[in-house]
Amino acid sequence: MNGLIKAGDATYKWLDERLGISMIVKATLLHSVPKSVNWWYVFGSAVLTAFMIQVVTGIFLAFTYVPSPDHAYSSLDYISHHQFAGNLLRGIHYWGASAMVMLIFIHMSAHFLTGSYKYPRELQWLTGAVLLTLTLGMAFTGQLLRWNQDAYWAIVVGAEQAARTPFIGQWVAQLLTAGPTVSGQTLTRMYAIHMLLLPGGIITFITVHIYLVIYKGISEWPVPGKPVDPKTYWAEYQEILHHDGEPFFPLGIWRDAVMSLLVIGVIAALAIHGATDLGLRADPTTPANPKPDWYLIWYFGILALIGVAPSGQAITPYVIILAPAVGFGVLFLFPLANRGERHFSRRPWAIATVVIAALSTLVLMYIGYSEPWKPILVNATTPPQLAAKSLRTTTGQPLSPTALKGAHLISVEACTACHQIGSVGGLRGPDLSLVGDRRNAGELIWRIARGGDGMPSYGNVLKPSQIHQLVTYLETRVTPGTATSSSNNGG
Amino acid sequence: MNTTRKLMNRQVFVGLFLATVGGIGSVVIGLPIIGVVLGPLFTSPSDVWREVGAVGDFTVGDTVQVNYTYNQGEVQQWSGTTQQTAAWLRRNSTTSFTAFAVYCTHLGCPVHWLAAPRIFLCPCHGSVFNGDGTVAGGPAPRPLFTYPVRVRNGRVEIKTQPIPVPT
Repeated sequence: MNGLIKAGDATYKWLDERLGISMIVKATLLHSVPKSVNWWYVFGSAVLTAFMIQVVTGIFLAFTYVPSPDHAYSSLDYISHHQFAGNLLRGIHYWGASAMVMLIFIHMSAHFLTGSYKYPRELQWLTGAVLLTLTLGMAFTGQLLRWNQDAYWAIVVGAEQAARTPFIGQWVAQLLTAGPTVSGQTLTRMYAIHMLLLPGGIITFITVHIYLVIYKGISEWPVPGKPVDPKTYWAEYQEILHHDGEPFFPLGIWRDAVMSLLVIGVIAALAIHGATDLGLRADPTTPANPKPDWYLIWYFGILALIGVAPSGQAITPYVIILAPAVGFGVLFLFPLANRGERHFSRRPWAIATVVIAALSTLVLMYIGYSEPWKPILVNATTPPQLAAKSLRTTTGQPLSPTALKGAHLISVEACTACHQIGSVGGLRGPDLSLVGDRRNAGELIWRIARGGDGMPSYGNVLKPSQIHQLVTYLETRVTPGTATSSSNNGG
Repeated sequence: MNTTRKLMNRQVFVGLFLATVGGIGSVVIGLPIIGVVLGPLFTSPSDVWREVGAVGDFTVGDTVQVNYTYNQGEVQQWSGTTQQTAAWLRRNSTTSFTAFAVYCTHLGCPVHWLAAPRIFLCPCHGSVFNGDGTVAGGPAPRPLFTYPVRVRNGRVEIKTQPIPVPT
């Protein structure tokens, strides 16, 4: 045993003489950190862990993945369903990406709340902001490599948004799709960006980011009422390290290790069930029902909700270009405010910002997934069929032949795409389950024939007899027990 | 006493020399890279007439999906399924056709045609268009884009364009 230790020691000395490892090891592992470091500080290394998982799994996915429009989808299908352990590998890469995006936002929020971006760590924040941007780029390009319908239309939607940039929009859009439309070269470019450009950028910036952690030190836990003053801060920080510091290894690093283990464990547990479903192969000649991955679903929700201003003017172009520009502008510029209180208890606006951002993201994600604005189509083409109980009156009686024809039309004419009857149908338009309670026949005919408020007009689509059938059916949709006088005098 | 005026010392000279080598190297290697990256801006125009079927294939009053292939070099021939794209073609009368782009005018998602109610629905954010392409509801700011259509020798041709963008 002693011989083994001696041999190891000799090898280390031999290498150190030639590589200078101990210099790096000392600087990294033994640099002094304030004793006040706690569990709030573990998220940076957690992001790093997630990134390393992505690098490793990405390399080995590339052993099989074919970045060609003919085979990208098939090769992923092979990885997911036929390759030994392929589904697990892809699952780890998918959940690892999710973990990385989520942990970056948590890491950012933690350091925002503790004011760690203030003097002298402004560049720490800025390099972090670049890393956030690059990571979102990775998330977007990664989802495109599936080369399924979602990927195809995500690029189209992305190009449509880029095209709204003033002056150069059309060029930006053409560069994004690499041509007049999405094609083979779109995929190969996205692949190169995802595999080479962005990872290279991330590794470069992580290196600088970590170098800064060592060079400028880990920020001490903020004390309320003790503002940062660039004139005196550095001397004070050195004093803290001198009196109250300890080496990063082993006393600082153990929390990072525990957290990293947790990250790996959670990713692995989620990956046992594989990654997200591959969906349908990219094919612009077949119906699609595109939807972004979860980390962009909040933005998908915003785009649906803004639409047209009450004045009738389309506000989408302004929101698409201005909002991200302002958002990123604030992200990159606010470390200029680099002095003052650090502790969140003295910065109520910091707490409000994080809470409001987190809550609105969650709400928008919920809305983005429930899609109340969306007409429902089965397999992207067929309106939902009415439930059997809706083919009777609300009291359970058989419908008259005319009303039954109307019930048939409800599905055929796609009313159920936007309107709910019983528990079937979309949430886009008003629920028609009990429409007979609030509208008489005349009002129904008017609305069906004329449309309005987001409803298409059916005056030129349906024959008067068909409208009569529809209205006769809708008149049966009343709360059980209430008399329906309107069906007698309407028509 | 040395009165020779030195233009520059050795360090400055070598520094400038290195900068020149680096600069020339960057330009030589950078030019083709810029060319490849910006290349798509200079590909041949895609607004060419493309045949989508015989006149007799289309029933008056119906709107159907037509597919066409980018085969004029504007898209790589190895693009697989994405070398094709679709449009909606409506036969208005024996002589008149309207071709609608599939791209929703809101953000470009592909609109579906529902034949019975004669409406286009966008699957992304719920824009609804009437059979003539006008907006019936939702966030779409303008009617569906149309392509010019002509009939030559009994064949229907549409003049397609790059993905149209509302401005």
